[in-house]
Amino acid sequence: MWSRRQGRLRPTVCGVEELRRRRREREAALRKARREQQLVSKRLLRDDAPEEAGEGCVAAILGETEVQQFLRQAQRGTEEKEREGALVSLRRGLQHPETQQTFIRLEGSMRTLVGLLTSNQALLQLEAARCLHELSHSEQSTVAEACLPATSYLLTYLSGHSSDFIELCLYTLGNLIVESEAVRRQLLPQGIVPALAACIQSPHVAVLEALGYALSQLLQAEEAPEKIIPSILASTLPQHMLQMLQPGPKLNPGVAVEFAWCLHYIICSQVSNPLLIGHGALSTLGLLLLDLAGAVQKTEDAGLELLACPVLRCLSNLLTEAAVETVGGQMQLRDERVVAALFILLQFFFQKQPSLLPEGLWLLNNLTANSPSFCTSLLSLDLIEPLLQLLPVSNVVSVMVLTVLCNVAEKGPAYCQRLWPGPLLPALLHTLAFSDTEVVGQSLELLHLLFLYQPEAVQVFLQQSGLQALERHQEEAQLQDRVYALQQTALQG
Amino acid sequence: MQLPPALCARLAAGPGAAEPLPVERDPAAGAAPFRFVARPVRFSREHQFFEDGDVQRHLYLQDVLMQVADVPEKPRVPAFACQVAGCCQVFDALDDYEHHYHTLHGNVCSFCKRAFPSGHLLDAHILEWHDSLFQILSERQDMYQCLVEGCTEKFKTSRDRKDHMVRMHLYPVDFRFDKPKKSRSPASAEAPGDSGERSEGEAMEICSEPVAASPAPAGERRIYRHRSVSELVLKPVLNMCLVLRILGCTWAAALLILNSER
Repeated sequence: MWSRRQGRLRPTVCGVEELRRRRREREAALRKARREQQLVSKRLLRDDAPEEAGEGCVAAILGETEVQQFLRQAQRGTEEKEREGALVSLRRGLQHPETQQTFIRLEGSMRTLVGLLTSNQALLQLEAARCLHELSHSEQSTVAEACLPATSYLLTYLSGHSSDFIELCLYTLGNLIVESEAVRRQLLPQGIVPALAACIQSPHVAVLEALGYALSQLLQAEEAPEKIIPSILASTLPQHMLQMLQPGPKLNPGVAVEFAWCLHYIICSQVSNPLLIGHGALSTLGLLLLDLAGAVQKTEDAGLELLACPVLRCLSNLLTEAAVETVGGQMQLRDERVVAALFILLQFFFQKQPSLLPEGLWLLNNLTANSPSFCTSLLSLDLIEPLLQLLPVSNVVSVMVLTVLCNVAEKGPAYCQRLWPGPLLPALLHTLAFSDTEVVGQSLELLHLLFLYQPEAVQVFLQQSGLQALERHQEEAQLQDRVYALQQTALQG
Repeated sequence: MQLPPALCARLAAGPGAAEPLPVERDPAAGAAPFRFVARPVRFSREHQFFEDGDVQRHLYLQDVLMQVADVPEKPRVPAFACQVAGCCQVFDALDDYEHHYHTLHGNVCSFCKRAFPSGHLLDAHILEWHDSLFQILSERQDMYQCLVEGCTEKFKTSRDRKDHMVRMHLYPVDFRFDKPKKSRSPASAEAPGDSGERSEGEAMEICSEPVAASPAPAGERRIYRHRSVSELVLKPVLNMCLVLRILGCTWAAALLILNSER
């Protein structure tokens, strides 16, 4: 996936600093958009990269006459090369929003373009599709909606055989889907779900990646849980998606990333997760997690977190389903290698992408909450100390680490005996010095469990100035009661 | 973050679950003011918890889409002509030829040489245009299948089918793969070399008023799908050329190798 993309990279004259600055800007824009729940908006999907140097890369804005001229030439020209050239010029012009507006306002322009798209002149067809693709990138929903007459043909071509063409159609569809609900309202009755279900059987990796993209856009739609996900779950798409996620020689990272995100959007919408569990989602994703941990050890590839993130999310959310408890044997996740794999990934995140630590710890919480077996694994695999090493990362991470430790401690004396003596108590004394109320609150909960099941710890706590650490929070409203209770326990013990 | 050295070994070893230590809870554990309860947590799609991961995902998508929009430089080869009988198209890039082949010679009706974008539409065309049994059956039952993939509805006439596609599937009224035939001349009268010069509007009709004379003699076994003969020969050639392209050979070298194999 990555090597193919690099082969198509535009040469750039920007320096590394400039790239970093732009990336920071893009990231800030995305963050803002997400908070406004606008993350699927098209304007953020295509970075409006300023014209970069290179002959012929800078295209001029086309006026109405020029657009008309190119269309006429493409439609009625005598020489094939001339017709193709006209479309190429049109496509370049369509990179500009102004040209796009001019185009859609011109009467009959889309009709002509669709005519060229459906012609049997293969190269004209391809260039027409590229023009359509340019239009699909527009930030304006009027432009996307102007492409509506073409959608039935784009869907028809998905069952064709030319893989490059199908790939282009899929990316175009994906872009149009994101832009407007009007487009989605048309695509669903036009049969986009069966068309995708047929297309997903293609052997071409590029087609599959494009399909995953288009599907992920469809699944992110606001109306997806009610209007889209049920028909997707009723199709053969889920089984095929899971197949693409099975580890092995056929696993393609680029394809897997797209379908993992698709699965995440389906699962977190909570439409019918038991169905997915029935298809073996838990065991497939669990095996994929093991595979990822193995890959992380072998390579410095920085792209693996793109796949790890959705896999963690899917597993974590699936584990909350009641079906996991009731369905026996194979369906459940019991293999302790999952815990080992997760810690290897946590270490990878710690080094490369600390913002994903909370997501990894979320899975750890869901694995350990109701599972004595996984809690025992944490102890027997010596993972308590590595876990404690994550405490300084951030308040969010601290709370989650402490929560996981509480999951272990609340299972009783047999578990607490393995938690103390050891690094836990000093770590708790340290977190009690934090100012964040949630961190301190969780520390108090853990202390309470430790004192209850391992009373010998109280003495050591007192010797290490535990009471003073508690006193600091006596006045805090959310902590007072618990601080007081612990003080009493300590003084009586 | 230091992991215990035995962890990698554990990952590499076989599956297994730890024998759980005995669980023994004291009711005082959950007594007020303490409130911890071990429970799995669920986050819904819009939850702020997902912000960081979502932003990373979209940064990645931005890069991908920027690169998809770029048209790759086509590797050029010495000009060659399409080998299909009657087609005189010339190419200087293998990608172009591949697309041309799939578009024009891929799903071709061997009776009337019309090209279709998919096997699905080709099948429907052959059934409705060249199968005399279809015409007979359609007088008694609904035979015109909806052209939308995944829809199993059938109709008495092509007109009814079109109405269905427009109403239910929001297809355009002038959907190009469902146009009535303009002339009444039977399909067998058309010259085989036509497919290269067909204009856009007539390229790919599916059905129309039934064709009076079927090209196949009455007693012959019905062929529901008949790929053009040239495809049977050309497909392996095409595949071989693609393989050789991957290996970096030029078109000329490919032909040389093929010829030496004969």
